[in-house]
Amino acid sequence: MVLLTEEEKRAAREAAGSAVRGFPRSRGSLVPILQKIQEKLGYVPLEAMEEVAGQLGIPPVDVYGVVTFYNQFRLTPPGRRQIKVCLGTACHMKGGTVILDCWKRRLGIEVGGVTPDREFSLERVACVGCCSMAPVTVINDEVHGRVTPTRVDGLLFSFGVKVKKGRQEEGEVN
Amino acid sequence: MQKITLFIDDREVKAPAGRPILWLALENGIYIPNLCAVPGAEDPPAACRLCWVEVEGYPRPVTACTEPARDGLVVRTRSPRVDRLVRAAFELLLSAHRLECSRCPKNRACTLQEIARARRLPLRLVRYRKLARDLPVDNSSPAVRYDPGKCVLCGRCVRACRREGTGILGFARRGYERRVTTFGEVPLARAGCSGCGACALACPVGALTLKTKSV
Repeated sequence: MVLLTEEEKRAAREAAGSAVRGFPRSRGSLVPILQKIQEKLGYVPLEAMEEVAGQLGIPPVDVYGVVTFYNQFRLTPPGRRQIKVCLGTACHMKGGTVILDCWKRRLGIEVGGVTPDREFSLERVACVGCCSMAPVTVINDEVHGRVTPTRVDGLLFSFGVKVKKGRQEEGEVN
Repeated sequence: MQKITLFIDDREVKAPAGRPILWLALENGIYIPNLCAVPGAEDPPAACRLCWVEVEGYPRPVTACTEPARDGLVVRTRSPRVDRLVRAAFELLLSAHRLECSRCPKNRACTLQEIARARRLPLRLVRYRKLARDLPVDNSSPAVRYDPGKCVLCGRCVRACRREGTGILGFARRGYERRVTTFGEVPLARAGCSGCGACALACPVGALTLKTKSV
Protein backbone atom coordinates (compact mmCIF):
# COMPACT_ATOMS: atom_id res chain seq x y z
CA MET A 1 0.00 0.00 0.00
CA VAL A 2 1.30 3.43 -0.95
CA LEU A 3 1.89 5.90 1.86
CA LEU A 4 -0.24 9.01 1.58
CA THR A 5 0.77 12.44 2.79
CA GLU A 6 -1.28 14.18 5.47
CA GLU A 7 -2.55 16.55 2.83
CA GLU A 8 -3.75 13.68 0.65
CA LYS A 9 -5.52 12.13 3.60
CA ARG A 10 -7.27 15.41 4.31
CA ALA A 11 -8.20 15.75 0.62
CA ALA A 12 -9.57 12.21 0.71
CA ARG A 13 -11.83 12.93 3.68
CA GLU A 14 -12.99 16.19 2.14
CA ALA A 15 -13.74 14.53 -1.20
CA ALA A 16 -15.71 11.83 0.61
CA GLY A 17 -17.57 14.42 2.66
CA SER A 18 -18.68 16.36 -0.40
CA ALA A 19 -19.43 13.21 -2.43
CA VAL A 20 -22.04 11.94 0.02
CA ARG A 21 -23.99 15.18 -0.21
CA GLY A 22 -27.15 14.85 -2.26
CA PHE A 23 -27.39 11.09 -1.87
CA PRO A 24 -29.79 9.29 0.45
CA ARG A 25 -28.00 7.86 3.49
CA SER A 26 -28.32 4.22 2.49
CA ARG A 27 -26.28 1.32 1.23
CA GLY A 28 -27.73 1.79 -2.25
CA SER A 29 -25.89 5.10 -2.61
CA LEU A 30 -22.51 3.51 -2.04
CA VAL A 31 -21.41 2.87 -5.63
CA PRO A 32 -22.37 6.31 -7.03
CA ILE A 33 -20.66 7.98 -4.04
CA LEU A 34 -17.48 5.96 -4.61
CA GLN A 35 -17.59 6.80 -8.31
CA LYS A 36 -17.80 10.47 -7.44
CA ILE A 37 -14.78 10.19 -5.14
CA GLN A 38 -12.77 8.40 -7.80
CA GLU A 39 -13.78 11.00 -10.38
CA LYS A 40 -12.36 13.69 -8.10
CA LEU A 41 -9.20 11.97 -6.80
CA GLY A 42 -8.50 9.36 -9.44
CA TYR A 43 -8.69 6.61 -6.80
CA VAL A 44 -10.52 5.68 -3.60
CA PRO A 45 -8.24 5.93 -0.56
CA LEU A 46 -8.95 4.09 2.71
CA GLU A 47 -9.52 7.42 4.47
CA ALA A 48 -12.33 8.25 2.04
CA MET A 49 -13.89 4.80 2.56
CA GLU A 50 -13.90 5.30 6.33
CA GLU A 51 -15.58 8.68 5.95
CA VAL A 52 -18.25 7.27 3.61
CA ALA A 53 -18.87 4.32 5.93
CA GLY A 54 -19.36 6.70 8.85
CA GLN A 55 -21.78 8.88 6.91
CA LEU A 56 -23.85 5.95 5.64
CA GLY A 57 -23.75 4.12 8.95
CA ILE A 58 -22.33 0.88 7.55
CA PRO A 59 -19.19 -1.06 8.58
CA PRO A 60 -16.02 0.26 6.83
CA VAL A 61 -15.16 -3.30 5.78
CA ASP A 62 -18.33 -3.37 3.66
CA VAL A 63 -17.17 -0.29 1.75
CA TYR A 64 -13.77 -1.94 1.30
CA GLY A 65 -15.53 -5.06 0.02
CA VAL A 66 -17.40 -3.09 -2.65
CA VAL A 67 -14.28 -1.16 -3.74
CA THR A 68 -12.26 -4.37 -4.13
CA PHE A 69 -15.17 -6.16 -5.83
CA TYR A 70 -15.46 -3.83 -8.82
CA ASN A 71 -12.60 -3.41 -11.29
CA GLN A 72 -13.59 0.20 -11.91
CA PHE A 73 -12.28 1.31 -8.50
CA ARG A 74 -8.59 1.96 -7.84
CA LEU A 75 -7.12 1.66 -4.36
CA THR A 76 -3.85 3.37 -5.18
CA PRO A 77 -3.29 6.82 -6.69
CA PRO A 78 -2.65 6.71 -10.45
CA GLY A 79 0.92 7.32 -11.57
CA ARG A 80 1.91 10.24 -13.78
CA ARG A 81 2.30 7.64 -16.52
CA GLN A 82 -0.53 5.11 -16.42
CA ILE A 83 0.52 1.90 -18.08
CA LYS A 84 -2.35 -0.26 -19.31
CA VAL A 85 -1.47 -3.66 -20.67
CA CYS A 86 -4.11 -5.20 -22.89
CA LEU A 87 -5.02 -8.81 -22.19
CA GLY A 88 -7.90 -9.12 -24.62
CA THR A 89 -8.16 -12.26 -26.74
CA ALA A 90 -5.73 -11.19 -29.48
CA CYS A 91 -3.19 -9.68 -27.07
CA HIS A 92 -3.48 -12.73 -24.85
CA MET A 93 -2.66 -14.99 -27.81
CA LYS A 94 0.27 -12.78 -28.79
CA GLY A 95 1.82 -13.00 -25.35
CA GLY A 96 0.23 -10.09 -23.50
CA THR A 97 0.96 -11.79 -20.19
CA VAL A 98 4.68 -11.83 -21.05
CA ILE A 99 4.54 -8.07 -21.62
CA LEU A 100 2.61 -7.59 -18.40
CA ASP A 101 5.26 -9.60 -16.54
CA CYS A 102 7.96 -7.40 -18.10
CA TRP A 103 6.33 -4.24 -16.80
CA LYS A 104 5.79 -5.82 -13.39
CA ARG A 105 9.41 -6.91 -13.16
CA ARG A 106 10.89 -3.65 -14.44
CA LEU A 107 8.71 -1.41 -12.29
CA GLY A 108 8.71 -3.73 -9.31
CA ILE A 109 4.95 -3.37 -8.82
CA GLU A 110 1.90 -5.58 -9.17
CA VAL A 111 -1.22 -4.93 -11.24
CA GLY A 112 -3.12 -2.07 -9.61
CA GLY A 113 0.04 -0.78 -7.99
CA VAL A 114 2.04 2.41 -8.33
CA THR A 115 5.79 2.99 -8.00
CA PRO A 116 6.83 4.74 -4.75
CA ASP A 117 7.76 7.90 -6.71
CA ARG A 118 4.22 7.87 -8.26
CA GLU A 119 5.75 7.97 -11.72
CA PHE A 120 4.20 4.73 -13.06
CA SER A 121 1.06 2.79 -12.28
CA LEU A 122 0.20 -0.55 -13.84
CA GLU A 123 -3.16 -1.90 -14.94
CA ARG A 124 -4.50 -4.66 -17.11
CA VAL A 125 -7.30 -3.90 -19.52
CA ALA A 126 -9.52 -6.06 -21.70
CA CYS A 127 -9.23 -5.06 -25.39
CA VAL A 128 -8.52 -1.49 -26.40
CA GLY A 129 -9.83 -2.06 -29.92
CA CYS A 130 -6.68 -2.41 -32.02
CA CYS A 131 -6.19 -6.16 -32.03
CA SER A 132 -4.16 -6.09 -35.26
CA MET A 133 -1.40 -4.38 -33.27
CA ALA A 134 -1.34 -7.04 -30.53
CA PRO A 135 0.15 -7.20 -27.99
CA VAL A 136 -0.79 -3.66 -27.03
CA THR A 137 0.25 -1.41 -24.15
CA VAL A 138 -1.45 1.95 -23.65
CA ILE A 139 0.48 4.63 -21.79
CA ASN A 140 -1.59 7.72 -20.93
CA ASP A 141 -3.85 7.18 -23.97
CA GLU A 142 -0.87 6.68 -26.30
CA VAL A 143 -1.11 3.28 -27.97
CA HIS A 144 1.99 1.13 -28.41
CA GLY A 145 1.53 -1.93 -30.63
CA ARG A 146 3.54 -5.12 -31.18
CA VAL A 147 5.25 -4.66 -27.85
CA THR A 148 8.19 -6.90 -27.05
CA PRO A 149 10.17 -7.15 -23.82
CA THR A 150 12.92 -5.04 -25.45
CA ARG A 151 10.32 -2.44 -26.41
CA VAL A 152 9.30 -2.26 -22.73
CA ASP A 153 12.90 -1.44 -21.85
CA GLY A 154 13.06 1.01 -24.76
CA LEU A 155 9.95 2.82 -23.56
CA LEU A 156 11.30 2.99 -20.02
CA PHE A 157 14.60 4.33 -21.41
CA SER A 158 12.68 7.02 -23.31
CA PHE A 159 11.06 8.02 -20.00
CA GLY A 160 14.52 8.40 -18.50
CA VAL A 161 14.37 5.25 -16.38
CA LYS A 162 17.69 3.49 -16.03
CA VAL A 163 17.23 -0.26 -16.26
CA LYS A 164 20.07 -2.09 -14.54
CA LYS A 165 22.27 -3.97 -16.96
CA GLY A 166 22.18 -7.26 -15.09
CA ARG A 167 18.39 -7.31 -14.99
CA GLN A 168 18.16 -6.26 -18.63
CA GLU A 169 19.56 -9.54 -19.86
CA GLU A 170 17.26 -11.67 -17.78
CA GLY A 171 14.45 -13.31 -19.68
CA GLU A 172 14.80 -11.36 -22.91
CA VAL A 173 13.47 -13.01 -26.06
CA ASN A 174 14.70 -10.79 -28.87
CA MET B 1 -49.11 -19.04 12.60
CA GLN B 2 -50.98 -21.39 10.30
CA LYS B 3 -49.87 -25.02 10.56
CA ILE B 4 -49.27 -26.92 7.35
CA THR B 5 -48.31 -30.47 6.46
CA LEU B 6 -45.58 -31.44 4.05
CA PHE B 7 -43.61 -34.56 3.25
CA ILE B 8 -39.84 -34.80 3.46
CA ASP B 9 -38.47 -38.16 2.26
CA ASP B 10 -41.95 -39.68 2.78
CA ARG B 11 -42.11 -38.47 6.36
CA GLU B 12 -45.06 -36.32 7.34
CA VAL B 13 -43.91 -33.04 8.86
CA LYS B 14 -46.19 -30.48 10.49
CA ALA B 15 -44.79 -26.99 10.52
CA PRO B 16 -45.63 -23.30 10.45
CA ALA B 17 -46.01 -22.08 6.86
CA GLY B 18 -43.09 -20.26 5.34
CA ARG B 19 -40.31 -21.78 7.44
CA PRO B 20 -37.40 -22.92 5.21
CA ILE B 21 -37.42 -26.63 4.38
CA LEU B 22 -33.81 -26.96 5.57
CA TRP B 23 -34.71 -26.35 9.22
CA LEU B 24 -37.80 -28.56 9.12
CA ALA B 25 -35.72 -31.44 7.76
CA LEU B 26 -32.94 -31.02 10.31
CA GLU B 27 -35.39 -30.72 13.21
CA ASN B 28 -37.01 -33.96 12.11
CA GLY B 29 -33.76 -35.87 11.96
CA ILE B 30 -33.38 -35.72 8.17
CA TYR B 31 -29.88 -34.52 7.32
CA ILE B 32 -29.33 -32.05 4.49
CA PRO B 33 -25.74 -30.85 3.96
CA ASN B 34 -25.35 -27.16 4.77
CA LEU B 35 -22.61 -24.70 5.65
CA CYS B 36 -23.75 -21.12 5.39
CA ALA B 37 -27.19 -21.03 7.01
CA VAL B 38 -27.76 -20.21 10.67
CA PRO B 39 -31.10 -20.96 12.37
CA GLY B 40 -33.00 -17.79 13.21
CA ALA B 41 -31.14 -15.64 10.72
CA GLU B 42 -33.75 -13.94 8.59
CA ASP B 43 -31.97 -14.03 5.25
CA PRO B 44 -30.16 -17.23 4.35
CA PRO B 45 -27.20 -16.20 2.17
CA ALA B 46 -27.58 -19.41 0.10
CA ALA B 47 -23.87 -19.19 -0.59
CA CYS B 48 -22.61 -22.72 -0.02
CA ARG B 49 -24.88 -24.42 -2.62
CA LEU B 50 -24.98 -27.66 -0.65
CA CYS B 51 -28.56 -27.98 0.63
CA TRP B 52 -30.14 -29.04 -2.65
CA VAL B 53 -33.48 -30.87 -2.56
CA GLU B 54 -36.04 -31.93 -5.13
CA VAL B 55 -39.57 -30.62 -4.74
CA GLU B 56 -42.24 -32.52 -6.61
CA GLY B 57 -43.56 -30.43 -9.49
CA TYR B 58 -40.48 -28.20 -9.65
CA PRO B 59 -38.44 -28.41 -12.86
CA ARG B 60 -35.07 -28.55 -11.06
CA PRO B 61 -33.58 -28.92 -7.58
CA VAL B 62 -33.79 -25.94 -5.21
CA THR B 63 -31.77 -24.91 -2.16
CA ALA B 64 -33.65 -26.00 0.97
CA CYS B 65 -32.56 -22.93 2.95
CA THR B 66 -34.41 -20.56 0.61
CA GLU B 67 -37.47 -22.70 -0.05
CA PRO B 68 -40.37 -21.86 2.27
CA ALA B 69 -42.56 -24.70 3.44
CA ARG B 70 -46.02 -24.82 1.87
CA ASP B 71 -48.94 -27.13 2.47
CA GLY B 72 -48.72 -30.48 0.68
CA LEU B 73 -45.16 -30.04 -0.56
CA VAL B 74 -43.39 -33.31 -1.40
CA VAL B 75 -39.64 -32.96 -0.82
CA ARG B 76 -36.87 -35.44 -1.56
CA THR B 77 -33.42 -34.86 -0.09
CA ARG B 78 -31.77 -37.35 -2.43
CA SER B 79 -32.00 -37.85 -6.20
CA PRO B 80 -29.37 -38.34 -8.92
CA ARG B 81 -29.58 -34.64 -9.78
CA VAL B 82 -29.28 -33.53 -6.16
CA ASP B 83 -26.36 -35.87 -5.54
CA ARG B 84 -24.55 -34.54 -8.60
CA LEU B 85 -25.02 -30.92 -7.54
CA VAL B 86 -23.88 -31.63 -3.99
CA ARG B 87 -20.88 -33.63 -5.15
CA ALA B 88 -19.75 -30.84 -7.48
CA ALA B 89 -20.33 -28.05 -4.95
CA PHE B 90 -18.56 -30.02 -2.23
CA GLU B 91 -15.53 -30.76 -4.37
CA LEU B 92 -15.32 -27.13 -5.48
CA LEU B 93 -15.20 -26.13 -1.82
CA LEU B 94 -12.49 -28.73 -1.19
CA SER B 95 -10.45 -27.46 -4.13
CA ALA B 96 -9.99 -24.14 -2.31
CA HIS B 97 -9.63 -25.66 1.16
CA ARG B 98 -6.23 -26.73 2.44
CA LEU B 99 -6.70 -30.35 3.47
CA GLU B 100 -4.66 -31.31 6.49
CA CYS B 101 -7.35 -32.92 8.62
CA SER B 102 -5.05 -34.91 10.89
CA ARG B 103 -3.24 -31.73 11.97
CA CYS B 104 -6.29 -29.45 11.94
CA PRO B 105 -7.72 -28.23 15.27
CA LYS B 106 -11.22 -28.80 13.86
CA ASN B 107 -10.56 -32.47 13.09
CA ARG B 108 -13.71 -34.49 13.94
CA ALA B 109 -15.68 -31.29 14.55
CA CYS B 110 -15.53 -30.07 10.96
CA THR B 111 -18.70 -29.69 8.90
CA LEU B 112 -16.87 -30.72 5.73
CA GLN B 113 -16.03 -34.04 7.37
CA GLU B 114 -19.62 -34.37 8.54
CA ILE B 115 -20.94 -33.82 5.01
CA ALA B 116 -18.40 -36.23 3.54
CA ARG B 117 -19.52 -38.88 6.02
CA ALA B 118 -23.23 -38.28 5.55
CA ARG B 119 -23.12 -38.31 1.76
CA ARG B 120 -20.20 -40.72 1.32
CA LEU B 121 -18.12 -38.14 -0.50
CA PRO B 122 -14.34 -38.39 -0.62
CA LEU B 123 -12.30 -35.82 1.32
CA ARG B 124 -9.93 -35.38 -1.61
CA LEU B 125 -10.02 -33.96 -5.11
CA VAL B 126 -11.23 -36.25 -7.88
CA ARG B 127 -12.28 -34.04 -10.80
CA TYR B 128 -10.99 -30.59 -9.92
CA ARG B 129 -7.52 -29.22 -9.45
CA LYS B 130 -6.26 -27.62 -6.28
CA LEU B 131 -6.61 -23.84 -6.17
CA ALA B 132 -3.20 -22.89 -4.83
CA ARG B 133 -3.53 -19.67 -2.87
CA ASP B 134 -0.75 -19.60 -0.30
CA LEU B 135 -2.52 -17.14 1.97
CA PRO B 136 -0.64 -16.34 5.18
CA VAL B 137 -2.11 -17.37 8.54
CA ASP B 138 -3.15 -14.45 10.75
CA ASN B 139 -1.91 -15.16 14.26
CA SER B 140 -2.11 -11.56 15.47
CA SER B 141 -5.15 -11.85 17.71
CA PRO B 142 -4.59 -13.27 21.19
CA ALA B 143 -7.91 -15.13 21.02
CA VAL B 144 -8.31 -16.51 17.51
CA ARG B 145 -6.20 -17.88 14.71
CA TYR B 146 -7.30 -17.17 11.13
CA ASP B 147 -6.17 -19.45 8.34
CA PRO B 148 -7.74 -18.10 5.11
CA GLY B 149 -6.45 -21.15 3.24
CA LYS B 150 -9.19 -23.19 4.90
CA CYS B 151 -12.01 -20.67 4.57
CA VAL B 152 -15.07 -21.85 2.64
CA LEU B 153 -16.57 -18.33 2.38
CA CYS B 154 -19.81 -19.25 4.13
CA GLY B 155 -19.94 -15.87 5.87
CA ARG B 156 -20.96 -17.21 9.29
CA CYS B 157 -18.04 -15.46 10.98
CA VAL B 158 -18.96 -12.18 9.29
CA ARG B 159 -22.47 -12.34 10.69
CA ALA B 160 -21.29 -13.56 14.12
CA CYS B 161 -18.80 -10.69 14.33
CA ARG B 162 -21.56 -8.19 13.58
CA ARG B 163 -23.95 -9.78 16.06
CA GLU B 164 -21.58 -10.34 18.98
CA GLY B 165 -18.24 -8.76 18.15
CA THR B 166 -17.01 -5.44 16.84
CA GLY B 167 -18.14 -6.03 13.24
CA ILE B 168 -14.70 -5.87 11.69
CA LEU B 169 -15.01 -8.90 9.41
CA GLY B 170 -16.33 -8.72 5.87
CA PHE B 171 -15.84 -10.01 2.35
CA ALA B 172 -13.39 -8.44 -0.07
CA ARG B 173 -12.39 -8.99 -3.70
CA ARG B 174 -14.08 -11.26 -6.18
CA GLY B 175 -13.96 -14.71 -7.71
CA TYR B 176 -10.89 -16.79 -6.83
CA GLU B 177 -9.55 -13.80 -4.90
CA ARG B 178 -12.60 -13.55 -2.66
CA ARG B 179 -11.79 -13.74 1.02
CA VAL B 180 -12.99 -12.90 4.48
CA THR B 181 -10.88 -10.07 5.79
CA THR B 182 -10.82 -6.75 7.62
CA PHE B 183 -10.91 -3.14 6.47
CA GLY B 184 -7.73 -2.60 4.44
CA GLU B 185 -6.88 -6.29 4.92
CA VAL B 186 -4.89 -5.59 8.07
CA PRO B 187 -4.32 -8.34 10.67
CA LEU B 188 -7.18 -8.91 13.16
CA ALA B 189 -5.33 -7.37 16.10
CA ARG B 190 -4.84 -4.11 14.20
CA ALA B 191 -8.42 -4.02 12.92
CA GLY B 192 -9.94 -3.65 16.39
CA CYS B 193 -10.75 -7.30 17.13
CA SER B 194 -12.08 -7.60 20.68
CA GLY B 195 -11.13 -11.27 20.90
CA CYS B 196 -14.65 -12.41 21.76
CA GLY B 197 -14.21 -15.58 19.71
CA ALA B 198 -17.71 -15.49 18.22
CA CYS B 199 -16.24 -15.95 14.74
CA ALA B 200 -14.32 -19.06 15.76
CA LEU B 201 -17.43 -20.58 17.34
CA ALA B 202 -19.39 -19.84 14.16
CA CYS B 203 -16.77 -21.21 11.75
CA PRO B 204 -17.88 -24.63 10.44
CA VAL B 205 -14.35 -25.53 9.35
CA GLY B 206 -10.83 -24.91 10.62
CA ALA B 207 -10.39 -21.40 9.22
CA LEU B 208 -11.11 -19.50 12.44
CA THR B 209 -10.15 -21.37 15.58
CA LEU B 210 -9.82 -20.43 19.23
CA LYS B 211 -6.29 -20.36 20.59
CA THR B 212 -7.38 -21.59 24.00
CA LYS B 213 -9.65 -24.59 24.30
CA SER B 214 -11.37 -23.37 27.47
CA VAL B 215 -13.16 -20.31 26.03
